[in-house]
Amino acid sequence: MFLQPLIDAVEPVSSTVQMPAAMSEGAESIDWLFYGIYWFSVVFIVGITGAMLYFVWKYRRRPGVSAAPTKDHTGLELFWTILPLGMCVVMFHVSYKTYITNAIAAENSMEIRVRGQRWSWSFQYPNGESEPTQLWLPIGKPIRLIMSSSDVLHSFYVPAFRLKKDTVPGMYSQIAFTPNKLGDAQIYCAEYCGAGAAEGSGGHYSMLGQVKIVTAEEFEKHMKEISKMPDGMTPDKWGQELYVKNNCATCHSVDGSAGTGPTFKGVYGRKETLTTGQQVEVDDNYIRESILRPQAKIVKGFETGNMPPFVFTDEKIEALIAYLKTVK
Amino acid sequence: MATVATHQTGGHAHDPNELDYLAAKGFKSWALTLDHKRIGIMYLVAVLMSFALGGVLALLVRLELFTTGHTIMSAAQYNKVFTMHGVVMVFLFIIPSIPAAMGNIFLPIMLGTKDVAFPKLNLASFYIYCFGACFGLYALLHGGVDTGWTFYTPYSSKFSETPVIPMIFAAFVMGFSSILTGVNFIATVHKMRAPGLNWRRLPLFVWSMYATSIIQVLATPVLAITLFLLIFERAFGLGIFDPSMGGDPVLFQHFFWFYSHPAVYIMIVPGMGVVSELICTFSRRAPFGYMFIAMSSLGLALLGFLVWGHHLFVAGMSEYATMVFSGLTFLVGIPSGVKVFNWVTTLYKGSISLESPMLYGLGFIFLFTIGGLTGLFLAMLAVDVHLHDTYFVVAHFHYVMVGGTVIAFIGGLHYWWPKFTGKMYNERMAQVAFGLVFVGFNVTFLTQFVLGSRGMPRRYYDYLPEFQSLHQVSTMGSWLLGAGFLVMLVMFIQSLTSGKKAPRNPWGSAALEWQTPTPIPFHNFLEQPVITRGPYDYHLATEEELAHD
Amino acid sequence: MTDTAVAVPGDAHDHAHDHAHPDYLAHHFDTPQQQFDAAKIGMWSFLVQEILFFSGVFVAYGVFRSWYPETFSAAAQQLNRPMGATNTVVLLFSSLTAALAVRSSALGKQKETTRWLILTIACAFIFLTVKYFEYAHKFEGGLLPGKYFHPHAAHLVAGSPVLPANSHVFFSIYFMATGIHGIHVLVGIGVFLWILKRNLRGDFKQYNAGVDMAALYWHLVDLVWIYLFPLLYLID
Repeated sequence: MFLQPLIDAVEPVSSTVQMPAAMSEGAESIDWLFYGIYWFSVVFIVGITGAMLYFVWKYRRRPGVSAAPTKDHTGLELFWTILPLGMCVVMFHVSYKTYITNAIAAENSMEIRVRGQRWSWSFQYPNGESEPTQLWLPIGKPIRLIMSSSDVLHSFYVPAFRLKKDTVPGMYSQIAFTPNKLGDAQIYCAEYCGAGAAEGSGGHYSMLGQVKIVTAEEFEKHMKEISKMPDGMTPDKWGQELYVKNNCATCHSVDGSAGTGPTFKGVYGRKETLTTGQQVEVDDNYIRESILRPQAKIVKGFETGNMPPFVFTDEKIEALIAYLKTVK
Repeated sequence: MATVATHQTGGHAHDPNELDYLAAKGFKSWALTLDHKRIGIMYLVAVLMSFALGGVLALLVRLELFTTGHTIMSAAQYNKVFTMHGVVMVFLFIIPSIPAAMGNIFLPIMLGTKDVAFPKLNLASFYIYCFGACFGLYALLHGGVDTGWTFYTPYSSKFSETPVIPMIFAAFVMGFSSILTGVNFIATVHKMRAPGLNWRRLPLFVWSMYATSIIQVLATPVLAITLFLLIFERAFGLGIFDPSMGGDPVLFQHFFWFYSHPAVYIMIVPGMGVVSELICTFSRRAPFGYMFIAMSSLGLALLGFLVWGHHLFVAGMSEYATMVFSGLTFLVGIPSGVKVFNWVTTLYKGSISLESPMLYGLGFIFLFTIGGLTGLFLAMLAVDVHLHDTYFVVAHFHYVMVGGTVIAFIGGLHYWWPKFTGKMYNERMAQVAFGLVFVGFNVTFLTQFVLGSRGMPRRYYDYLPEFQSLHQVSTMGSWLLGAGFLVMLVMFIQSLTSGKKAPRNPWGSAALEWQTPTPIPFHNFLEQPVITRGPYDYHLATEEELAHD
Repeated sequence: MTDTAVAVPGDAHDHAHDHAHPDYLAHHFDTPQQQFDAAKIGMWSFLVQEILFFSGVFVAYGVFRSWYPETFSAAAQQLNRPMGATNTVVLLFSSLTAALAVRSSALGKQKETTRWLILTIACAFIFLTVKYFEYAHKFEGGLLPGKYFHPHAAHLVAGSPVLPANSHVFFSIYFMATGIHGIHVLVGIGVFLWILKRNLRGDFKQYNAGVDMAALYWHLVDLVWIYLFPLLYLID
């Protein structure tokens, strides 16, 4: 494409006033479009405003001088209808080509599943392990994210990649990109999804994350780390770490204060009444079921909690149970 | 050639109520009026109060965003404040603003006729608006709604614990006010023009009212059915928009934006009509390309129905659909561009004076051009993926809605004020207010383009520290903006209580509404006018018609 | 019909010219023709927006039927075709009686107009009565919209196909569509009762715009049902 040399010449790689640093291959072509339309607009604004102010000054009302009667000029009208139309066609075409190129995932893409829920992100890697909030990616590898939501609309947004897509409950959406700079990139939720009623319990604004773009070796090392308990840690401590990392505190306190979900203080072994009236004891089975299928048995009074399911391995569930036993 | 009687003639003794539409006093003379001018004034008061309420909510939003973390309210409260700001501004203020207030007062006068086609329906429309607004106020008093003014499902249908149904019902009812006003104006423009007033002699404001009415009639019922279905979805779990029951949240977005995109043309086209009047009067010149400007209003009305999908570029539509909507969205920018070029060319070889209404007219051209161009950023698919749901979009739509419609509305208010109140306002104060508003607006919203392109999403209660300085600048701009409106409020109140008596035609306009006496007679004119020239034919108007002392 | 109004020059409020302004001519119009033309254009504009209002329900129907055609076919078997067909005939007939009322009022025949109006109103009542029985049967069978859908096998139509799990969507759309239509029928009854009252008062002896406009509305209500009936009742 004849524009390629121009794209190569421009280097919007590091952060500018208007754009954060570009960290993926597609981002650079999007920046080229952005600055293109930006300068086009600047020229236009200056032109229109300049003409306007000039005319206002030159034809200011003076005694004895009247306005000249208006003469229509169809040629001029057609000129400034057709020329902008032509420019719009060009802008549309260039933008659509970039969009389609970015939208198509490469053949050998690594597929990662993204799940948005109120109010955190979780990512499931090809090895089946899942991790909250941090998305680790190997540099230079084409990635395809397959995304959904557990509850309401969210939107997975990484400004450094210039990419965003809504995550819709009941449906999968996807984006594709190749990260090409090492470092961290900010993840935001870009579709309003409410907030917790209690102060400090999070919301749309707190649904953040980081993409960590690392070398292939570091990526492999990390994949091994997240699947098992960190060295030197006991299960209950790992459970506490999981409690923090997965933002459980958003709804479940450990000090007894009320929240969107039942408090974890003294929860292990506690007798709870369900919405069906049935009584249960909070034992290992109940905890496991409530993590994997939270809507199965809901404690009375928490009908509107809408806890999303968490896809945890058995080891992680056992660590959480170990932790909950210590919360008194 | 005098076409309009400017003084009483003949031997009849005229009842004083006939000579001044404001003469009759008392509550019933307002509550049961069928006079379009009084109905317009009641709408004007209602929308100005709504604007004040929406404005206070905006100042609260910006105040909260002055610092990271908690500034003056919690996240849950913030979500309600920004939602109510949007709902009040869109449904209670901007949709009715120019058509229901200024359109009602001036459309029949500009057509040389006594009233709109259906005066009783007109009064009913006003009461329907009030009835709907009551439900909105009920929702506000019960804490307000926190879904965003766009009410996306399933948050609004299943998760929000705020009074969503009364709020939606308010918008549903107020929609009928909008529809019936549109029906009224269409019939009026078609059937009630004065003799000699053919379509080519219509003021551009009338063309814009006509085009807006078409959009109101065609688009608003789709909002009505959307909100109606949403009410039942929330109340009875219909399952049309809820994925857990086999429904589709993206379908709601399609339904909602099918109305709400044309709605933005309901907001801007009347503003463009006002600006046409301002530019022509204050340049003393007929508009360049009159027919192109008139047809571009109709063009916007038509094309506006074809582009709703650009609100759903990242929502999960097919690639094919995004392509179609992107292409059509570029098309819809062309008529607006034509208008801007034509307005600037109208200034060429004009005789221009910069009284306060003209400041607003010129301000509109600058601000709307920025707003419109930033729309191109969003029409470009690849760029929109980055900018969607960021502050860039917030800045874009505030530039067109505030920098566009509100500026035009205020300009029109200044322009026609002497006519419908019979008083002048303090020009110096008006200029000060304009300066504060113009500077304040740009400071508030120009920074938000940068916030957006740097990645700051919308509807965020809290933000990363890197964005704080830009947010603080934006908030300080909002204080200037608010100050400007306060100065304006004081100025208009002073005008009503102690303003100088206004002459018939203070701006020296050749348009028809300035040929009838001030105060406006009850039936708009003392005798049925017969039209022999257009409203911008300065070379055909007599000196007496243009006299402005 | 020309676009420009034919005005009567002179002071609008000069009462010496009253004979040019008959009782039924509103103060702001110059001629009865202008008033009638304005009413027509106003009513047609209103009907266009009514079509757009119903279009939302039809689009929802189209979308969901294209996604779940078997569900729609199966669920539609639970609707009572004879009752639906009866209602269709009743509404068609009432459109005829409404049109005949317009004709007789145009000819100044007050008594005949009264008869046609009463027939139209009676038909509307029959429609709503049949609808009541249909709804009652649905309620009995648990065939309710959305989250209230809980079919009782005992009350389902004998020999009908098994209802798929997402049949509640069909019934949501069924109740929304027929419910909104039913509200419009109710409003129509109110409108015709008012027109009947005005007719008895002699309002339409010389100018029958009111009857004409009411009938136009009613024809639209009928037209919407003509589309709803096959789309809801006759699919399989």
